[in-house]
Amino acid sequence: MTAAALPSAPPRSRRRWKQPSILPGFPLAMGWTLTWLGLIVVLPLTALILRPWELGVGGVWATLTEPRVLAALRLSFGAAALAALTNLPLGLLVAWTLTRYEFPGRRIVDAIVDLPFALPTAVAGIALTALYAPTGPLGAPLAAAGIQVAYTPVGIYLALMFIGLPFVVRTVQPVLQDLDREVEEAAQTLGATHLQRFALVILPAVLPALISGFSLAFARAVGEYGSVIFIAGNMPLKSEIAPLLIVIKLEQYDYAGAAAVGLAMLVISFGALLAVNGLQLLLARRGRA
Amino acid sequence: MNFRPADDTSAATALEIKGVSKAFGRFPALKSVSLQAREREFLALLGPSGSGKTTLLRVLAGLETPDSGEVRFGGEDFLALPVRRRRVGMVFQHYALFRHMTVAQNIAFGLTVRKAAERPSKSEIADRVNNLLQLVQLEGLDKRYPSQLSGGQRQRVALARALAIEPRMLLLDEPFGALDAQVRRELRRWLRELHDRAGVTTVFVTHDQEEALDLADRVAILKDGELVQLGTPNEVYENPADPFVFDFLGQTCRMPGVVAQGRLQVADWVSEAPAGAPQGAVEVFFRPDEVSFGAPDAPGLLAQVKGVAQRGPDVRIDCRVGEADVEFQAHGPTLPQGVGAGRSVRVLPLRPQVYAA
Repeated sequence: MTAAALPSAPPRSRRRWKQPSILPGFPLAMGWTLTWLGLIVVLPLTALILRPWELGVGGVWATLTEPRVLAALRLSFGAAALAALTNLPLGLLVAWTLTRYEFPGRRIVDAIVDLPFALPTAVAGIALTALYAPTGPLGAPLAAAGIQVAYTPVGIYLALMFIGLPFVVRTVQPVLQDLDREVEEAAQTLGATHLQRFALVILPAVLPALISGFSLAFARAVGEYGSVIFIAGNMPLKSEIAPLLIVIKLEQYDYAGAAAVGLAMLVISFGALLAVNGLQLLLARRGRA
Repeated sequence: MNFRPADDTSAATALEIKGVSKAFGRFPALKSVSLQAREREFLALLGPSGSGKTTLLRVLAGLETPDSGEVRFGGEDFLALPVRRRRVGMVFQHYALFRHMTVAQNIAFGLTVRKAAERPSKSEIADRVNNLLQLVQLEGLDKRYPSQLSGGQRQRVALARALAIEPRMLLLDEPFGALDAQVRRELRRWLRELHDRAGVTTVFVTHDQEEALDLADRVAILKDGELVQLGTPNEVYENPADPFVFDFLGQTCRMPGVVAQGRLQVADWVSEAPAGAPQGAVEVFFRPDEVSFGAPDAPGLLAQVKGVAQRGPDVRIDCRVGEADVEFQAHGPTLPQGVGAGRSVRVLPLRPQVYAA
């Protein structure tokens, strides 16, 4: 069956790719958006995507399957995911306390939440190291109890929690603030216990925000460098994170190798964020389709 | 107007509120309010904003704790019960539906949160939900989310959700406040029918006098946290306890007058003072449409007609009575001859209320 045998379709006006709008300036706005995104985001990433293939497919594969690289990637993504997950309940609790209760100094506590944003990450790393080093005020008793924090993956996890917390708090807080109290009261009059109110009414309402907070904290933690390298100890195969490995490769003039590790991080991060966004979309559609 | 026969006084008292006071900081929201509601009664709490009506309703639900006073339901101390054990169905002005749940899940909520031992089976819950959907006329919408419903439909879901727990008392906080006039009137009738069928004591908060008079068996009028009057719609409309109630229940004409020796004088109109009228300087209140018009030699207030304006079925008659401008109302077809701009007429208030000035 060929196209010619089909009855000819009635002439159709060309499909418009953009609905007409009363808002002026679409070509200009779209043009700038694309130019800017291209220059700032796409161009460097393209370079990153192209660079490793100098090594050939086999070379890239060899670089990425090095035990040291694999261990670093596992540690970076594992610690970042674990830290972001831990930040979910903690961040929710902080946001809850800040929105639900009136107490003296609430504004100060509210401001402290933002400190990990503002602090240079290296400063945070040095402070954490000083605290948790085996001789530090917190590290010493912990070491006595047989727990070593600094210079181990536990230290990395701690540093990533520190930098990720504000992301969860700041995404959840406005949602909690806007939560209609009457909805909780309705649940209460219908016989729901505290726990049921939290699990069935509040949690579903803040879940999309929690997921956003998670992906932000996770993305930030994966790329975190400054605060981690001080406390990590950076022992290959044990406490060496992938960003550090990239720097090491750069210092050894292994640009293609560094780019290969970078590309791997990019792909994994992108995949993870895509999955998280998909989950969020699914949840959002449930409520307001 | 409400022409329902006076309610059955033999019904037992269900709800008893005694001396309930509540203050928010320094602001007294309720000042020693006492009232009762009978079993299956439809009681309206009517008042302007800030009168404490919503606070009183929330005290009944358990969402506010009064500073003092007593609330009993069916003889039981209601204040000793936590909210979730009171089994009251509460309907909020802004519906307060669970946005992430379907209509069916919303309605079933009060049943699904029960302890396993008290929870009906899945099929029983589904049956109950279906019956309620039928009752609120939303069959087939069970799988929708609240965002896919109109305001009136959402409020009916909220009502079905409240009824699902077979409440001992139904509490409605301005349930039609966010809806437009047409939907309001429809839902009002429907709610009354629903109440009569469900047979549950209902307390309804509104600031709309028309709604309260139309719906309720009895109306409690609150002002500044105090109960001003409690009675059937006809009682409160025909015998408002004070100028505030008179003014709040409808349009008002007020004129100064004097009561002496059993005679009431308002401007140049002298009549027999109503029984129990205060002596001396008084204020005379009457409704602008409860007047009859007569020739200049008939009894009544002498009025110079300044203008007659037809507005749909109603006619507005602007007059000058003595030193004051007064606006009367009449129904178009019943407007008597001889009332026209520039004419002098006598206006006789049919049911004047006299309050001490």
